[in-house]
Amino acid sequence: MDNILEMRGITKEFPGVKALSDVNLTVRQGEILGLVGENGAGKSTLMKVLSGVYPHGSYAGEIHFEGQECRFRGIHDSEKLGIIIIHQELALVPQLSIAENIFLGNETANRGVISWSTAFSRTRELLKLVGLKDGPETLITNIGVGKQQLVEIAKALSKKVKLLILDEPTASLNESDSDALLALLIEFKKRGIASVLISHKLNEISKVADRITVLRDGQTVATMDSTVEPLSEAKIIRHMVGREMSDRFPKRVPKVGDVIFGVRDWTVHHHLHPDRVMIDRVSMNVRAGEVVGIAGLMGAGRTEFAMSVFGRSYGQKISGTALVDGREVDISTIPKALDAGLAYVTEDRKQLGLVLEEPVKTNVTLANLKAVSKVTVIDDIKEQKVASRFRDSLGIRSSGIYQKVGQLSGGNQQKVVLSKWLFSEPRILILDEPTRGIDVGAKYEIYKIINALADEGKAVIVISSEMPEVLGICDRIYVMNEGEFVAEMPVAEASQEKIMTAIIRHGQLQDAGAA
Amino acid sequence: MTEITIPTDRNAAGPSWTHYLRTHVRQYGMLLALLVIMAFFGFATDGILFKPVNLTNVISQNSYIVIMSLGMLLIIVAGHIDLSVGFLSGFVGALAATMMVPWSLHPALAFLLCLVAGGAIGAIQGYFVAYQKIPSFIVTLAGMLVFRGLMIALLGSMSIRIPEGFQRISNGFLPDFIGKDGLGLTLPEIFGPNFHVTTMLVGIALAAFLVWLNLRNRAEQRAHGMEEEPAPIFVTKNILVVAAIVSLCWALATYRGILNVLVIMGVLIAFYSFVATRTTIGRRIYALGGNEKATKLSGINTERLVFYTFINMGVLSALAGMIYAARLTSATPKAGQGLELDVIAACFIGGASAYGGVGTVVGAVIGAFIMGVMNNGMSILGIGIDYQQVIKGLVLLAAVCLDVYYKNKS
Repeated sequence: MDNILEMRGITKEFPGVKALSDVNLTVRQGEILGLVGENGAGKSTLMKVLSGVYPHGSYAGEIHFEGQECRFRGIHDSEKLGIIIIHQELALVPQLSIAENIFLGNETANRGVISWSTAFSRTRELLKLVGLKDGPETLITNIGVGKQQLVEIAKALSKKVKLLILDEPTASLNESDSDALLALLIEFKKRGIASVLISHKLNEISKVADRITVLRDGQTVATMDSTVEPLSEAKIIRHMVGREMSDRFPKRVPKVGDVIFGVRDWTVHHHLHPDRVMIDRVSMNVRAGEVVGIAGLMGAGRTEFAMSVFGRSYGQKISGTALVDGREVDISTIPKALDAGLAYVTEDRKQLGLVLEEPVKTNVTLANLKAVSKVTVIDDIKEQKVASRFRDSLGIRSSGIYQKVGQLSGGNQQKVVLSKWLFSEPRILILDEPTRGIDVGAKYEIYKIINALADEGKAVIVISSEMPEVLGICDRIYVMNEGEFVAEMPVAEASQEKIMTAIIRHGQLQDAGAA
Repeated sequence: MTEITIPTDRNAAGPSWTHYLRTHVRQYGMLLALLVIMAFFGFATDGILFKPVNLTNVISQNSYIVIMSLGMLLIIVAGHIDLSVGFLSGFVGALAATMMVPWSLHPALAFLLCLVAGGAIGAIQGYFVAYQKIPSFIVTLAGMLVFRGLMIALLGSMSIRIPEGFQRISNGFLPDFIGKDGLGLTLPEIFGPNFHVTTMLVGIALAAFLVWLNLRNRAEQRAHGMEEEPAPIFVTKNILVVAAIVSLCWALATYRGILNVLVIMGVLIAFYSFVATRTTIGRRIYALGGNEKATKLSGINTERLVFYTFINMGVLSALAGMIYAARLTSATPKAGQGLELDVIAACFIGGASAYGGVGTVVGAVIGAFIMGVMNNGMSILGIGIDYQQVIKGLVLLAAVCLDVYYKNKS
């Protein structure tokens, strides 16, 4: 069987981080290749190299497509050869129709004048191929995510696709939509279109993939062939997580006290679609001096849960009770949540955590300006002292407290966000992906800060997609999947396999229930 | 990710003032531009620009722009815009005249009622922007049409003459308490006839006060080991400030002294500068403009902040409208037309960012005076109003281009 795509020895470095190290990936003519790996294993980076988002020259290694060596300068080059990527975040314009979206940038036009009849008739053909019954004039905003995904595929087909790459296509789809999409991939396979399917849902992948390649820490660790032996999920998981866990995490002897914070039957509906339940009757608690982890895959609803707890920053029709020291508290607005002793350190530093144009000093004091001011007048000297204190104690590497935080590295930005919330003197800290996008050294420092907080008797909740991290720093772990807490285990009894198994079993139960 | 390597303040061998100047070029650039423009027109007009009577004119011509730009700066920093301020000020000027003349209200009462009316109007616009989340551009565009209509409805095609006493808000001068109007202290002949002694003393006192304030701040910074301006810049800056204030007051003293409106303006500039840089509400407005979501998640009521900035804008527009009417000595149905553009331009020339979160009160004031001095200088030179507009437009564009250039460079 011929290989349609060969990526050889791909190495891609970012300043200080080797995202991909000598990765080899082959896709055979007309097959479905599953690409799996933990978050941060390098899947997206590899696909960006392939599509030309990272142009030739910014990485080492070779890409051969249909026997020709390719040096893509941008997405346009790869698309011309028929390599089409459909990203998890759909790239459709909501206020335009299906037909307009499909031919966006590739209009059926003659000297700039669009022929709508051609566009509509071709759209109808494409929609029939993907099994979508809506008319070409339907606006994207009026159809669900599943159908939008199909429109993206139709758009890819309009470009004479030879290799289709789908990044987590079923992450936001329900069961029947997922099945339809997977059936479509098998249909394409018969027509000779090869696909690469990136997914966390191992059951789906093992159902449709011919071969599976596993990435871990930027390296290809295994490729399994279903024609040689049946694909087993257990084996995939072992390859995905099978790394040595040495002393990447600082040691701590937990001194766990009483329950400080908890929620009961916490239910949250989608912020736009009130019918959709995002968080379903979740109950949890955390004790003084305890670090509790919430593990799960992306899209499990962990951030939504945390933000809904923190002053209803997410969702609507929120129900359930929140308890601090055993007493019910009102945390319906952010100021009230702050008063109750909560702090939420966001996963999205730049969008939700920092004022990038402002210096370290003002970012640190923003959530607790009262503490550095008298009758609304800010005591500049006091503020400078506070900022310097945090800069020293958390080891923020900046030219001073007057450097704009936008100029700092990810790890230092994270420390500024942490400083801000530590200065608000919370008793309960929710850390959402506290080490996302920062290098190993800075991660270690963040872990030490987390340990110090727990030792001070604070209750810490850590949300993380990196399972080794959850296992390395937490005392107790909740596993979340599709808006529910599906398992709870002390860290001594937990393992990556156990967490994964809990997620997958829950996923299968859901599927069985839906079927 | 690797750490971005930045020379830390510890290993730098003392603050180099050239480096400091380069890194703070935006801060001083606008002031420098104002000085250059003043020097140019001073030269081009054979010194007419600096004649005491003309300086008095420049101040009163620009007072209402400066006052409105104080409020506009906060609006722009918060990430919004207010197009309605021109006609709002025109409408309030007409309202004040109507209250005082046909309704015969006491001027002081009319003054207060008009400030309240301005605040109420600001509150209405602020409500729609802050709580209904309607873009400020649209809300205030609507407001612009509404206030213009109301002004014409109030005045018809007539003008109402402003009572003499009320005119003194703009056109009156501070009495010479120490000199001829009070203690009777006079100076020797070399100071010229009618030298306004109080004005000169106020100027010297103000200059001394500012220098003392700067010295105190610097001492505090040094005591706490914080970043401070290099000595040459600090000294130069203080000498310039003293020279500017003393020479301005000298010039004014040889004419009729300090305008009442200059006092109002000075107090407001000091107050708003303080609010913007030293108070929690100012800090929160900057944070809100810089990143609304992060500010909200820090427990700050961002809606209320926006609401307040619009109320504030309404009050300042009302004040400016009354000053404007008092200066023209009558309320006319054409009042306030196009003022909003001068006010907005002043903020942007002064370094405010159209994306919010960036800008200084002093910058906006400097921006207003850059425009004012250019207007005045070009008028003296006899350049037609048509080309004045063209040149002002180009200056606005150039100022913002420079700003973007320096921002990208840093």
